[in-house]
Amino acid sequence: MNWRAIRAVIGKDLKVVIRSKMIMGTTIGVSLMMLVLIPSILSAATLFMPEATTNDIDEIMAMMPEELKGMFDNRHPAEVFFEYAITYMFAPLFLIVPLMVSTVIAADSFVGERERKTMEALLHSPITNWELLVAKMLTAWIAALVVSLVGFVLYGIVANLFGLQILGYLFFPTPMWLLLVFWVSPAVAAVGLGLSVLISTRVNTFQEAYQTSGMAVVPVVALMFAQLLGGLYLSNVFALIMGLAVWVIAAAILWFGARTFERERLIARL
Amino acid sequence: MNGTPAIITRSLTRRFGELTAVDNLAIEVGQGEIFGFLGHNGAGKTTTIRLLNGVLEPSGGSIQVLGLDPMHQGPQLRRRTGVLTENPSLDERMTARENLTFYANLYDVPVDRVKPRIEELLETFELQERADEKVGGYSKGMKQRLALVRSLIHEPELIFLDEPTSGLDPIASKGVRDLIRHMSQEEGRTIFLCTHNLVEAQRLCTRVAVLEHGKLLAIGTPGELGERFGHRQRLEVEIDPATRALALEKLNQMEGIYEIAEENGVVSFGGGAHARVPEIVASLVAAGVRIHRVTPQEPSLEDVYFALHGEQTEMEAVR
Repeated sequence: MNWRAIRAVIGKDLKVVIRSKMIMGTTIGVSLMMLVLIPSILSAATLFMPEATTNDIDEIMAMMPEELKGMFDNRHPAEVFFEYAITYMFAPLFLIVPLMVSTVIAADSFVGERERKTMEALLHSPITNWELLVAKMLTAWIAALVVSLVGFVLYGIVANLFGLQILGYLFFPTPMWLLLVFWVSPAVAAVGLGLSVLISTRVNTFQEAYQTSGMAVVPVVALMFAQLLGGLYLSNVFALIMGLAVWVIAAAILWFGARTFERERLIARL
Repeated sequence: MNGTPAIITRSLTRRFGELTAVDNLAIEVGQGEIFGFLGHNGAGKTTTIRLLNGVLEPSGGSIQVLGLDPMHQGPQLRRRTGVLTENPSLDERMTARENLTFYANLYDVPVDRVKPRIEELLETFELQERADEKVGGYSKGMKQRLALVRSLIHEPELIFLDEPTSGLDPIASKGVRDLIRHMSQEEGRTIFLCTHNLVEAQRLCTRVAVLEHGKLLAIGTPGELGERFGHRQRLEVEIDPATRALALEKLNQMEGIYEIAEENGVVSFGGGAHARVPEIVASLVAAGVRIHRVTPQEPSLEDVYFALHGEQTEMEAVR
């Protein structure tokens, strides 16, 4: 492995990503909206929750699994709603961040390179297919993890600032969120970039690549709805098993993606 | 040719579905040679470079470049070759220095040599002043120069140049041609020059191969090829308009002269090979034509194709 070449590709790709207003705008905008703005609005609304909404909270509690009901028994409706929303409702939304970041960066890195006509010189260089693939995957993966981590810290600040006022103590991060950030989120990012690699030899533009691999968001949204409708909730065990399942899926996608990543195929599409 | 050839291909073929982009190509390029690969767009020049540099796999035949097999020793080979692609292939969101630093690292240029090498090349190609600007703002010529610099960053033994003077003004083109000569003659590098510019190939190359639809039409020194299509050389003769009729009458009587045209006192015609010029001029003067100037027209790639196809047709007729 020529690590100098790999480092060079990662450095170049990250530099280009940071300079791209479109990528940075999407990444920062969506992350702030999902992890800071919406939780802040919802938490602020909880502070001024009129007693009349108590019935709505009762409805939400009625749909909760028994284990959660036990946790929230005999507590003020505002506390229940706040803790439930911050701990469980937003958890799937958080997963959209690594997925989006890895997808958008991988799409730009693999397909965008071809679209900008910078791929040919790269393919004529001594870097091997494997080194190029590893470099480009690491770029998207590292970026997704960094953005997720920063998003997690910001989300934690919002959660605890409002938590202090509503609950009276610091409650975040919960063990489930730690699993989400350090176990599930890297796997989700790997799925996003794996899909981008897989389709990179089949599509011609960044937009096509981004939109196609963006389909991976569907299961995450489904998880959110399943939770809202009371079908399941993100317990520690569930997060652990879900992480494992996503890692297996990511490994399979990356394996197939790596097999299609050949100089021959890449240059044939130039 | 000096020593072992830098490039050897035997029956090299590459197909894309129904299309045969390179068809049974057999060439040898000597070390230190400037080898011209002449052909129109779509003739198979770029595909040949990709095959020779181990980026594409051949459908048939064999290749040896710098003693290596490009398909199995691609990374080792590409460390020793430089490529100026047809498109500059530069990252326009980065500066010239950043682009060059990236490729210096990719080609494993010794760390302490990266900066001096970049500065040296930027100076040679007069790109220093705008080296910290994003490449997106460069003119086509500047991008071409920068792409050329990139192909030289690791001091390759063999350089593939795909239309190196395309988009350059005449002064910059001359600069590039001088550099190509310097790299070959002074530094001993081998140059594989793809071009559709016949004059450029004649001026620069030690040998030229003519390619059409992936097939090798002819190969030889520019002199040898010139002899083969030289009989199709066109001449332009500027005459006194008062003697126009005499000139046209005399030319029509002369053997081997064809496609005679006249415009504003300038008569042009084919069949004016270098060796025949004194005879043609003497005949016109003897007929009373007053000649002001005689200019041989540079043959175009079409002339070469036409001449070579003509030869093939003649040979087939003889058979």
